[in-house]
Amino acid sequence: MKQLSIFLENKSGTLLNILNALKAADIQIIASTVADTQDFGIYRVICSQPEKACLVLKEQGITVTLTDVFTIELEDKPGEAARVMAIFAEAGINISYMYSFLVSGKGILVFRTSDTEKTAAIIKAKGLHEFA
Amino acid sequence: MDVKSPYLHPEYETLSREEISKLQTERLRETMQQCMKVPFYAEKFKEAGVTPDDIKSPDDVRRLPFTTKQDLRDTYPFGLAAVPLSQCVRLHSSSGTTGNPTVILHTQRDLDEWANQVARNLWMVGLRPDDVFQNSSGYGMFTGGLGFQYGAERLGMLTVPAAAGNSLRQIKFMKDFGTTAVHAVPSYLTRLYEVMQEQGVDPRKDTKLRVFAIGAEPHSEEQRQRIEKMFGVKAYNSFGMSEMCGPGVGFECQEQNGLHFWEDYYIVEIVDPETLEPVPDGEIGELVLTSLRREAMPLIRYRTRDLTRVLGRTCPCGRNHVRLDRMKGRSDDMMVLRGVNIFPIQIEKILMQFPELASNYLITLTTDNDNDNMTVEVEIADMFTDDYKRLQELTKSVTRALKDEILLTPIVKLVPKGSLPVSEGKAVRVVDKRKVYQ
Repeated sequence: MKQLSIFLENKSGTLLNILNALKAADIQIIASTVADTQDFGIYRVICSQPEKACLVLKEQGITVTLTDVFTIELEDKPGEAARVMAIFAEAGINISYMYSFLVSGKGILVFRTSDTEKTAAIIKAKGLHEFA
Repeated sequence: MDVKSPYLHPEYETLSREEISKLQTERLRETMQQCMKVPFYAEKFKEAGVTPDDIKSPDDVRRLPFTTKQDLRDTYPFGLAAVPLSQCVRLHSSSGTTGNPTVILHTQRDLDEWANQVARNLWMVGLRPDDVFQNSSGYGMFTGGLGFQYGAERLGMLTVPAAAGNSLRQIKFMKDFGTTAVHAVPSYLTRLYEVMQEQGVDPRKDTKLRVFAIGAEPHSEEQRQRIEKMFGVKAYNSFGMSEMCGPGVGFECQEQNGLHFWEDYYIVEIVDPETLEPVPDGEIGELVLTSLRREAMPLIRYRTRDLTRVLGRTCPCGRNHVRLDRMKGRSDDMMVLRGVNIFPIQIEKILMQFPELASNYLITLTTDNDNDNMTVEVEIADMFTDDYKRLQELTKSVTRALKDEILLTPIVKLVPKGSLPVSEGKAVRVVDKRKVYQ
């Protein structure tokens, strides 16, 4: 899954600029998260048409890139995230960042790890479902 | 030495304006003679068609060429020496600039005269041989160390070469040795006061401090008064530059109304930095100094790049040596931060070594809690990572590299590309918000 990673300056109005640019291009945000930081931050966005979104933002002079992230579907019930994370923890994989959202009755975990190849292999081996 | 006299050198300090002119005329002729031993000056005088005999008044100095810092760099290391190196006893080199450093040579007579100037200043603000002088200034190549050391010794004070830093030890010395006078950069004194407070030391009760000599970095009248109030100590502004010897060139008297520049040692001009024509008294221009007593490396019309103005040529203290305002800024882009000279090009050179960074940057100087700080905002070239840690590491590496270059730790902020103001023509790289220039 492609995620937008946007460099954010800690200044009022920067987030709104980005949202307005996406709105103008008719792009829908599915999930997003912004880390609380002192001087700068990274705004991470899962949206419709990420490639187009990235181009649109670049045209607006916004510092952005597309990042490959893992998205795993979960049952909509307690303990699901813990079950999945336990698998990676056992394999010695560190999670760089993670966030989650609910869509059409499914829980979605979005994350990046310290070892992309190994993570992909585990997802395959354990039969985890990737959100598309 | 008459300890009751307000003057250490009454024969020079109390000269009338006419007497000063006469002395300067003689000494300018001598200095020209000395300069003619240097091919650089011999040629320039020839081009200008001026010989020492043509000098009829100090104003005739205007017929002579200017000397710039670039001339010092171009003739590095010994191209401006007017005596054989065997007659030189000391060498000082300038602090962090770009390209060649500059070298200043001294004969024994130069050092003697330098010490005399500093001693005169310290005497002027009421220090006498029974005072204890602690020099909390950097030593080594920085002339504020040895310059004040020799001057304070020349006056006859017990002199403590405490050097900069180690606040706890500084405070212990002050208490144990009965220090009455300190030389330091102003920002260090405010830092020292903080440490005193942490340690429960009351400078009024626990020390005998009564005089501070402050200089080597720009500071406002407000900062001076704050320092005076904190410690209950009189603080006097000192001006020096290694090209002219070091500290001792100008100093405030007890009137605290401008710095007396010693006209038996220098011809002082204030010129428009663009036209290089003299500006009227009271108007701000660039300070230009001609040394009159330097033997190893006399300099003619040296462009200091410091901006100031003439406040007056008489003073209730009885000294008619020109009074100049505290320095108001620079006519080039050099920044002076905590006593360190920094050019924007040094910052730029470091930033360009990081491929992750774009070429646009902005340096902002601020005064926070009496400390001068530098913030460097720099645009990132693109979103090269999605990893917050890597961005932080980049910030840290840039900070470290800058510190290695400028010897101070700046605050580094990464900003998105295109977010810094793009200026047309000459880029604005430095914004100085320090109180001193407000």
